[in-house]
Amino acid sequence: MVTRRRSVLMLSLVLALVLLPLGAYSATAAGPSGGKLEVFSWWTSGGEAAALDSLFKEFAKVNPTGEIINATVAGGGGTNAKAVLQTRLAGGNPPDTWQVHPGNELLGQYVEPGYVDPITDLYKSEGWDKVMPKGIVDQMTKDGEIYGVLCGVHRGNGLWYNKKVLDAQGITVGATMSFDEFFKAADQLKAAKITPLCVGDSNIFASAQLFENTLLGVIGPEKYLGLWNGSVKFDAPEVKQAMTTFGKMLDYQNADHSALSWDQAVKKLMDGECVFNSMGDWAYGEFVKAGLKDNVDFGWVGHPGTTGSFMIVADGFVLAKNAPDPENTRAWLAVIGSKAGQEVFNPLKGSIPARTDVDRAKFGPYHNWSMDSFAKDALVPTVVHGSAAPAAFQQALFDSVTVFIVDRNVDAFATALVKAAQESGFAE
Amino acid sequence: MTVEPASAAIKPAARISVVQGFTWLVLLLALGFYLMPVFVMVNNGLKEATNVSVSTMWNLPGQLTGGGFAEAARKLWPNMQNSVLMVVPATILSSLIGALNGYLLSKWKFRGADILFIVMLFGFFIPYQTILLPMVRFLQIIKLYGTLPGLVLVHVVYGLPITTLMFRNYFAGVPTELVEAACVDGAGIMTTFTRIMLPLSIPAFVVVAIFQFTNIWNDFLFGVIVVPNPSAQPITIALNNLSGNFSVDWNVVMAGALIAALPTALIYFLLGRFFIRGLLAGSVKG
Amino acid sequence: MSSSALTGSQAQRAATVLVPRRRSWLPERTQSFLLLLPSFVAIAIFVYVFIAMTLYVSISNWRTLKMDLSLGQPPYATYLSMFAQPRFQADLRNTLVFTILFMGLAVLIGLALAILLDRNLRGRAVFRNIFLFPYALSFVVTGVAWRWIFNPETGINLFFNILGINPLLSQFGLEPLKPGWTTDPTVWLQVNKVLAAVWPPAAGLRVQLGIPAAIIPVAIAAVWQLSGFVMAMYTGGMATISDEVRQAARIDGATEGEIYRHIIIPMLKPVTISIVVLLLHTSLKIFDLVFTMAGPGPGFATDVPAIFVFEQTFRATRYNLGSAAAIFMLVLSGLVIVPYLRHSLKEG
Repeated sequence: MVTRRRSVLMLSLVLALVLLPLGAYSATAAGPSGGKLEVFSWWTSGGEAAALDSLFKEFAKVNPTGEIINATVAGGGGTNAKAVLQTRLAGGNPPDTWQVHPGNELLGQYVEPGYVDPITDLYKSEGWDKVMPKGIVDQMTKDGEIYGVLCGVHRGNGLWYNKKVLDAQGITVGATMSFDEFFKAADQLKAAKITPLCVGDSNIFASAQLFENTLLGVIGPEKYLGLWNGSVKFDAPEVKQAMTTFGKMLDYQNADHSALSWDQAVKKLMDGECVFNSMGDWAYGEFVKAGLKDNVDFGWVGHPGTTGSFMIVADGFVLAKNAPDPENTRAWLAVIGSKAGQEVFNPLKGSIPARTDVDRAKFGPYHNWSMDSFAKDALVPTVVHGSAAPAAFQQALFDSVTVFIVDRNVDAFATALVKAAQESGFAE
Repeated sequence: MTVEPASAAIKPAARISVVQGFTWLVLLLALGFYLMPVFVMVNNGLKEATNVSVSTMWNLPGQLTGGGFAEAARKLWPNMQNSVLMVVPATILSSLIGALNGYLLSKWKFRGADILFIVMLFGFFIPYQTILLPMVRFLQIIKLYGTLPGLVLVHVVYGLPITTLMFRNYFAGVPTELVEAACVDGAGIMTTFTRIMLPLSIPAFVVVAIFQFTNIWNDFLFGVIVVPNPSAQPITIALNNLSGNFSVDWNVVMAGALIAALPTALIYFLLGRFFIRGLLAGSVKG
Repeated sequence: MSSSALTGSQAQRAATVLVPRRRSWLPERTQSFLLLLPSFVAIAIFVYVFIAMTLYVSISNWRTLKMDLSLGQPPYATYLSMFAQPRFQADLRNTLVFTILFMGLAVLIGLALAILLDRNLRGRAVFRNIFLFPYALSFVVTGVAWRWIFNPETGINLFFNILGINPLLSQFGLEPLKPGWTTDPTVWLQVNKVLAAVWPPAAGLRVQLGIPAAIIPVAIAAVWQLSGFVMAMYTGGMATISDEVRQAARIDGATEGEIYRHIIIPMLKPVTISIVVLLLHTSLKIFDLVFTMAGPGPGFATDVPAIFVFEQTFRATRYNLGSAAAIFMLVLSGLVIVPYLRHSLKEG
């Protein structure tokens, strides 16, 4: 008898222990509360981490009791992180949300294999369809459904320069720059024994970026877009011309380019050891960190020939299919696309908001310039950061650029890219 | 015999000092070569973030304010704990099982044992890229993916071939008479192992443990693939995370590198003697 | 030793030694096998099953994140494509050059240090500890430090100025010594033309066959990391050579140098074999060090197959190509290891 009562007691205790936690998951009427949100990105350093943190703080306003797991993997411009992400996705163990570049990376790598869910309804309910430019929303749309929301937009086709050195040499840079002007300035600098072009391509993406910007500058935005839908081929005369120009620019770069990372090259620019650097505007954060002043110590202009074009290198987040906590994820995405979210994130990250209705006063001179450009220029996707073409083509481009830097064989370069485009399936 | 030592004492005396001098010179040069990178790391780790850059890497820090060490220590402490929690069990387990395997394969051979051992040993030499994706799938199926125990399992399994090899070689040098004597006294396989072989194998154990500890502590690939959650990751991955994506606090990275290397360095400086003595015991033979 | 249960059979057993008799519940040989079974099963799965899976992927069409396990047409198509890539050809060249350099230097330096420290020097232990210290470091750490040291603008090149070598050279009208180290795309001793004369298809190779200058600093860093280990192995080996052997040689009138050359080093052959196998194995699959120190390098001068696998699998998501390269690395390792294993199998 006593044993029986004890076992009943034990059973009820066990049942209580099992059922009690389940009670915590009962949904509350207002927004999500409690729960966990795993945010996966490769923002681990300085400004990036601070920017991500600011979004976490905004999220905490919506869900004070929620726990955020900041899952980051650093290194290689996201390659380590992508490796980890891929293995998780392939194994059915996704994070709630992760960092993506729009375009091919999102659509080809995550939407097509069915790893993410659409959030088209969020665009309507949050009113994003009215404040985000169609050009970039299209890059995240497939079959009418939208799959991601952008938190910030970097501009890829920028040319930075050390203003003090240029002033000392009597060279002025206007609001635009053509290739002729660039080479003229470069020759003058070379004669004065100053390295004209800073490049840090220990991670080859930096040289690929230089090539991509030059390509855009030489063939123009329409033909550039044509490359990605197959209407323009990679061995077309204009493309070959761009490759030759790229080779010519390489003649002006610093000798130790392959020993430096891209930010070390920017540092060289800041130290005045070289003058120009073609890089996206994540470089701006470096200048700010070093305490340099816009238009006093350094300046910027669109990469030669690319005035009128804005190369989008944007970051956004998605909603995982079978996310462990979809409600919290959607709340997170709402925070990202909100005015408040974009206004705290972007000044820290160095990018500009994807929304066009933010308070301009919160941003410095460079970003205002960039926002003006974003609003009116032709928007083109970047291949170097995975938007314009599949990852296999991106890798083939990187490999071809690596070989080209050494052997400067334009025909072989063009042939290699044509072949890669065929293998990747976007050109025949 | 009396003549020889005398002449032997006179002639080499002059030669010894030349040879010794030459030896010292070479050794000091070698010392410089081996210490230079350490100097680079310590020197730059002590600098403040704004001072550190490639062009000033030989300059001594202006002031000694702890540089990047404080921040690196703060950031890396949880991961240091993860590493210890993972490496110690993995080292002990792979060494123990390796000892058992080595003992069995050298003293209790059955038909085909040698071939099976060779088949197992091959596992030590494979490039781990070959098995990454299938391994992750498997870990997910047995629900150990993303956990430290899962990482321990991986390191133990892939450590088995080399620990088995090292112990097998060692036990091959232990006289079989000991085992026979134990059998006569009525001990079974396991009792002989625990009571006699294991205590005998302490020198080998030290060597194997050091070898495993170093390899597992310094591993990067498995750590980053098996444990994606940064707060649960070992220190090598956290060190890589310190390097960020677009901008790098090099003084923190250099300091962090030294901190991450500290445990294995300590082991070497404290137990290096045993490591070499262990080699003397023939734990790794040709 | 009071095994009460076995007292009865003790007398019986006194007459026999190590005969597998059914005195316990299972014969010893079977017990041994059963105790080893878990390890064997684990290795069977974690090594052989996984390799088989990777092999299958390498002949499939899986080239994007969407799994596509249909067989390629023909199945070996991926391998053909891999060998045709200039990058992979460069990898093969680099592995060959790196292996020879790295192993040669590591063995020579390790042996030399072991010999030098074989005498009763004061502070011998200190030297040994310092030389062995790099072995304790992670390759990632080493790569970062040496990348800075070999930076062509600063790093070790500054020493050439400080030590007065460059001023001396310019006095003679020569170029100052400023090697590009890992940024140098030059390939010395190119044999493309020679090869093309013997084998015409070689003329179409885009990769330059020779010694890439950039791989030399990487080899130096690897030697720095592992030569201490080689030294330790040799030191251990030398300690097993008894003093009498040396004394006997000395009495016979041999100089120290001759003792080392003709007696000690040959006696160290088993150790050398072990070392060579371990180093070879390391150099064939080296990744962390090269990746952090130099990456693929200018014109792929420092690219190695492991980096190729990593980038094809995780950047390009070309899983079949990455798997093919991984299998190739396996085959390469196998070519080295299998003879060694067979040799040790014969020795028992």
